[in-house]
Amino acid sequence: MPINYYIFLAIALFSIGVAGVLTRRNAIIIFMCVELMLNAVNLLLVAFSKMHYENVVVFNPASPVGTEAQLFVFFIMVVAAAEVSVGLAIIVMMYRNIHSVDVNFLNRLKH
Amino acid sequence: MRGTYFKLRNSYLIYIMNSIIDLVYLVPLFPLIGFLINGLGRNNLSKSLSGIIGSGVILASFIVSLLIFNETRAEGFTATTVNLFEFINVAGLNIPFAFQIDQLSALFLLIITGVGFLIHVYSTSYMHEEAPQHFARYFAYLNLFVFSMLLLVLGANYLIMFIGWEGVGLCSYLLIGYWFKNNEYGNAARKAFVMNRIGDLGFLLGLFFIIQQFGSLTYIDVFSQAQGAGTSILTVITLLLFVGAMGKSAQIPLYTWLPDAMAGPTPVSALIHAATMVTAGIYMIARSNILYTLAPVSQTVVAVIGLATAILAATIALKQNDIKKVLAYSTVSQLGYMFLGLGVGAYTGAVFHVMTHAFFKALLFLGAGSVIHAMHHEQDIRKMGGLAKKLPVTHWTFLAGCIAIAGIPPFSGFFSKDEILVHAFAANPVYYIIGLAGALMTAFYMFRLYAMTFRGTFRGTHEQEHPRLNDAVGQDLHESPWQMTMPLVVLAVLAIVAGFVGIPELFAADAHKLEHYLAPVFAASTDIAEAHHVSHETEYTLLAVSITLIVVSILYALNRFSKKPETGEAEGFGKILANKWYVDELYNNIITKPLNGFGIFANRFIEKSGIDGLVNGVGKTVQWGGRQLRLLQSGQVGNYVLWMVLGILIFFVLAITILNK
Amino acid sequence: MSITEILFWFLTAMAVGGALMMVTSKNPVYSVLWLIVVFFAISGHYILLNAQFLAVVNIIVYAGAIMVLFLFVIMLMNMNADNEPQKNIWLKIAGMIAGGCLLLVFIAAIRQTEALQIQKVNTGGQTGLIHLLGKTLFTDYVLPFEISSVLFLSAMVGAVVLGRKGD
Repeated sequence: MPINYYIFLAIALFSIGVAGVLTRRNAIIIFMCVELMLNAVNLLLVAFSKMHYENVVVFNPASPVGTEAQLFVFFIMVVAAAEVSVGLAIIVMMYRNIHSVDVNFLNRLKH
Repeated sequence: MRGTYFKLRNSYLIYIMNSIIDLVYLVPLFPLIGFLINGLGRNNLSKSLSGIIGSGVILASFIVSLLIFNETRAEGFTATTVNLFEFINVAGLNIPFAFQIDQLSALFLLIITGVGFLIHVYSTSYMHEEAPQHFARYFAYLNLFVFSMLLLVLGANYLIMFIGWEGVGLCSYLLIGYWFKNNEYGNAARKAFVMNRIGDLGFLLGLFFIIQQFGSLTYIDVFSQAQGAGTSILTVITLLLFVGAMGKSAQIPLYTWLPDAMAGPTPVSALIHAATMVTAGIYMIARSNILYTLAPVSQTVVAVIGLATAILAATIALKQNDIKKVLAYSTVSQLGYMFLGLGVGAYTGAVFHVMTHAFFKALLFLGAGSVIHAMHHEQDIRKMGGLAKKLPVTHWTFLAGCIAIAGIPPFSGFFSKDEILVHAFAANPVYYIIGLAGALMTAFYMFRLYAMTFRGTFRGTHEQEHPRLNDAVGQDLHESPWQMTMPLVVLAVLAIVAGFVGIPELFAADAHKLEHYLAPVFAASTDIAEAHHVSHETEYTLLAVSITLIVVSILYALNRFSKKPETGEAEGFGKILANKWYVDELYNNIITKPLNGFGIFANRFIEKSGIDGLVNGVGKTVQWGGRQLRLLQSGQVGNYVLWMVLGILIFFVLAITILNK
Repeated sequence: MSITEILFWFLTAMAVGGALMMVTSKNPVYSVLWLIVVFFAISGHYILLNAQFLAVVNIIVYAGAIMVLFLFVIMLMNMNADNEPQKNIWLKIAGMIAGGCLLLVFIAAIRQTEALQIQKVNTGGQTGLIHLLGKTLFTDYVLPFEISSVLFLSAMVGAVVLGRKGD
């Protein structure tokens, strides 16, 4: 399987996430789009770890190369989980205060 | 025993003598201290105290100067430089704050502090009507002036000279505008300042050229390299320096400030505008004599301008009716003679004339001050007359001054003027003829002044003659107090005898002590310049002609104005002279008015609509841009994200298209 | 076309389609469900790439914990298609265009890197297995692992502080 396929898939998911952030006003949906972008990157990282393994597999089939990349993904998930808990708390706060999750109401800094 | 004692005494003496030269900084320091005390304490000092301080510091300077002068008279004395501290040291240009003592500066020190002291003493009485704080202010200015002038003549390089040069310009402004409440006096002060500034610009440019050419401003360095420099650059330098001298020493075309400067108190006129400040230009050229000797074109320019000034000012003086104006124009005229002397290479003669002129012109001004004082501030000679009996001391001393300036032997003016004229004859007989015409006019207008003031009958008002009729405590028109007459007598004696230091070789071999004394200063120039020699027969003839003509013109003037003084307004050609050839009007019309017009134009169009428009326009554009850019900050998170994405896009596109190439 | 390829294309279609549906759904609940579909597809990709551990963690953490949290919040706020805020149509188009441009630029950038074109992935090997990952995690990466626990603690404190009612 060429690495290109995975790259394009990840790009597609990432771009859809960006487009979602840009087009939606619901804070929760925007948050979900950010999660989607994170996952696209995760997928890419895993694919690259396997690409590096492909490069060394002829010399050493038992090579542990690529472990770091997958651990990186693991840490991204950890951070994402923490981020989601705080982010959702913020959104709940926001809903409690202005009774909406519309990001367009988050323009108080302007005044 | 006896031998050792003498030895000790000798070395002690030598120590003292060395230390006097080293103590030269005391000379300008005393007036500076006086300035500070009088200037800062002017609200607390009593009049007599500030007068004593003001005069005392000058006396102290005079005593030190006298010791220094005594030192320089010693055989084999060479110019000494006293380094005080490092002043400017940047990019290879080293200008120390140093004083140079040689015969020329020592002589000027004596003139400045000596005449200055007498004028200070005179001022204590002349200015006694002023309020205490103004009295102290006056003495502070005088002391500052003397300080600047001393700095000017003592400096070992052109920069110190320039500091003094600017200082005397400033003090002249302050003193002319001393009665600053009078608008006209203020204008006269500004005129003097601006005219001086024009000259100063030339002087400053000259200094820049010197730095560029010689890499130094120190006299010794510059003069020792001067012979190696090209004539053209020397001509440029000397002409620019001469522009500075024109401003300071009131030569054509920058002379008009000096007559107006008579707005200041009379002792100020005596000190600044006769005896010392205006001689700064002469000093500067005499100091730079080697540069001028190497630039013959400049010498010619100096001589011609000097001669033109001498004759022009003399013609104007013929018809002036203000006692101080006559003296002012005579000063301008005498300065012209000095420049003539410098221009024809008679450096000693010029310095000699500076000295004698300082004595007799200070005497004349102080005498005029005495007259004005007695006449209760009346300056018009048409309203005087017959004062000889009422002011005997003033009368005799003034007469001595008149004879001295007219050039009758054995009064001092004769010797110095004669020396210049003989040298002028040697250089070019035309110079001599014009110079002699000027001298005749000088004799004529001085004796016209004398006759109209002291001879004939009194033409003033009855109140001026007998003030006590209206004022119980007043007295009859009377002689001035001793503080005023003492300087007059001293100066009169000097004006009579000062000429004997420069008796021409014609009368006695080796009798020209001044030339002998100053020889080291001008040695380089005398070596280069071809000596003009006039045979003794010619010299006798010239003397006889000039003395005869002068005596005739004096007798004519005395005869004419004692009996039948001019009391009306001048007519015809006289009117042109009385109006000073309309030079002030000419300057006003061709320089001041167009400049004013241009200023108004520039203010209205360039400043208001151009520069203001530009500046305000920039401000308005920024404000407008700010208002528009503010709209980008919508506060909507979505917008910000959109911009962020667009920014990322741009960076990627740039990375792909440019960096990948 | 091998079974792997078939699975690859199927999972890809599922991920992209789910993502598109997630972005375009009006009802937030549907969006969450579609996102879960995307996560499952991505987990499938992980399995295809022989990264079983990550596949499992992805399902547990993302599809399980995180998405349930999302769902919980949405239901708590009682959101549905009716009270869904709608953006200005022009802004929507601008957003779509910006996203599309980003996609194009990325593709163009990838296209230029010729060294990547010939690279392949190998789905074999031991790297994705829990044994190897766990060993590396608790030896070489034990410090970041512990620090991440501090991060969780601070996130928990933050969430509690933010969620406190009134003050």
